[in-house]
Amino acid sequence: MTTNTFSMGRSVVPRWGEDTSEIPYWVYQNEDVRRLEQEKIYQGPAWNYLCLEAEIPRAGDYRTTFIGEMPVVVARGDDGEIYAFENRCSHRGALIALEDGGNAKDFTCVYHAWNYDLRGDLKGVAFQHGVGGKGGMHDAFRMEDHNPRKLRVTTLCGLVFGSLNDDVPSIEEYLGDEVLERIERVLHKPVKVIGQFKQILPNNWKLYFENVKDTYHASLLHVFFTTFRLNRLSQKGGVIVSESGAHHVSYSAIDPKEQVSAEYEAEKLRSDKEDYRLQDTSLLAGVDEFGDGVTLQILSVFPGFVLQQIQNSIAVRQILPKEQELTELNWTYIGFVDDTPEMQTMRLKQANLIGPSGFVSMEDGAVGGFVQRGIRCAGDQVSVVQMGGKGIAGADYRATETSVRGFWHAYRAYMGL
Amino acid sequence: MKTTVFEQINRFNTAYAACIDDDRLESWPDFFADRCLYKVTTYDNHHNNMPAGLIYADSKAMLHDRISALREANIYERQRYRHIMGMPLVQSESNDELVSESAFQVTRIMRGGKMDLFAIGKYLDEFQRDGETLKLKKRIVVCDSISIDTLLAIPL
Repeated sequence: MTTNTFSMGRSVVPRWGEDTSEIPYWVYQNEDVRRLEQEKIYQGPAWNYLCLEAEIPRAGDYRTTFIGEMPVVVARGDDGEIYAFENRCSHRGALIALEDGGNAKDFTCVYHAWNYDLRGDLKGVAFQHGVGGKGGMHDAFRMEDHNPRKLRVTTLCGLVFGSLNDDVPSIEEYLGDEVLERIERVLHKPVKVIGQFKQILPNNWKLYFENVKDTYHASLLHVFFTTFRLNRLSQKGGVIVSESGAHHVSYSAIDPKEQVSAEYEAEKLRSDKEDYRLQDTSLLAGVDEFGDGVTLQILSVFPGFVLQQIQNSIAVRQILPKEQELTELNWTYIGFVDDTPEMQTMRLKQANLIGPSGFVSMEDGAVGGFVQRGIRCAGDQVSVVQMGGKGIAGADYRATETSVRGFWHAYRAYMGL
Repeated sequence: MKTTVFEQINRFNTAYAACIDDDRLESWPDFFADRCLYKVTTYDNHHNNMPAGLIYADSKAMLHDRISALREANIYERQRYRHIMGMPLVQSESNDELVSESAFQVTRIMRGGKMDLFAIGKYLDEFQRDGETLKLKKRIVVCDSISIDTLLAIPL
């Protein structure tokens, strides 16, 4: 018997029409969709962000994390390579590692003391040959036939990704050159972690991932930004969408010659409060550390990774589905190993912009919940994602939802919807 | 009548909590010295010497800016806090300085009536003393849980 009613042909997943610019609300509500995502996306041909190499620098260092809802262990072996495996004892299924991370020679399941090495290979079965000649495992039992599921692991610029699928292409091919270059642009030297926070979002994971890709909302919802001219749609900037639609980069740069935009004046946006000034502007003091004038770069990798540079505030975010209407957002704030004390202070101050209390990000923690609550009785209705047309091409402007459409294009391909 | 250090800190913390819980946020920076550090972090970050905070303000002016951002710029659903303050554990005292820590608990009350235990933790404090008047030179808010539900708008 299978629990996957979809593949049994008894589909309870409604039909999605041809148009990928109209998103049916059942996609955030349907439990069969949610189960299918685990199989088709998280365990499918995708690269899932696991951790930073900087978090596991030495042999024996490990972290526990998730691929979708599956618990996994990421460890650095004695040979210096990184290994990842399902955090599930092959005996009775208990978690093998219980801590967030640490350093270990090996892992022993607490339940019956089955033992695994850093690669996730089963190395010991307690009382395998019985006690006093009595009991024990049957003779045909071979430990090598009972390893937890292993992940393929790849690293890129200090980021560690894992996949349960053998068909996923190399990370470079998966991302495409344009996205790859913009990861390399930020993570061009060794990083260090300066803080880690978890934010619980009261909404389906896709609503947050869409929000990350949605360049249209940035200056409308987050008015702190616009007030200080960090992110106006009329600034120079644009959107890159990977060929698959799955990944995106949005960026903007301050244009010192920028004139007051007629569209903004006409709209008289709530976001333009001319009389709003900071008392302590050291919050926004920054340096052009990448030497290209780009003050903002938001980059997403399907299905749940974000690399963010807002001035000198750099962070990676991991998006994990927990329940249909509950998502875990893991923030890792980073600096570079060679940061001066002054540079570090600048990053600490600019970190006020980001995270669960961020001047330009706190709204994102709530807005997905507003959608989730708003659509409670609208499973048969659709949202309209048609700013900038219906296509998924890149653009040299940001009043567009092209990268959101790109996400759905990829999502439908993975899911077969 | 001369009050004890214990009473002074209790009185300070009770007034601090009332200021936030009664939505008199514009007065909240007055609990701090001009040169100060206010940081909201978590037990794990504090324990692992991670310097970043959820909120990081190293001047009284930045605290004012935090409040004007909440009033003018940031969007969040209507909500209130109720602080329950623990007794201070005084660690050191001199003529011009007090070092102490106090536990706190914050219930968040949302529009519509939902109440959650939103934050629990301790304040690690350094006070500047001027007679019986205290001002915070440093308040590190160490939340016991690493996770924040939805968002942290109003300061703790």
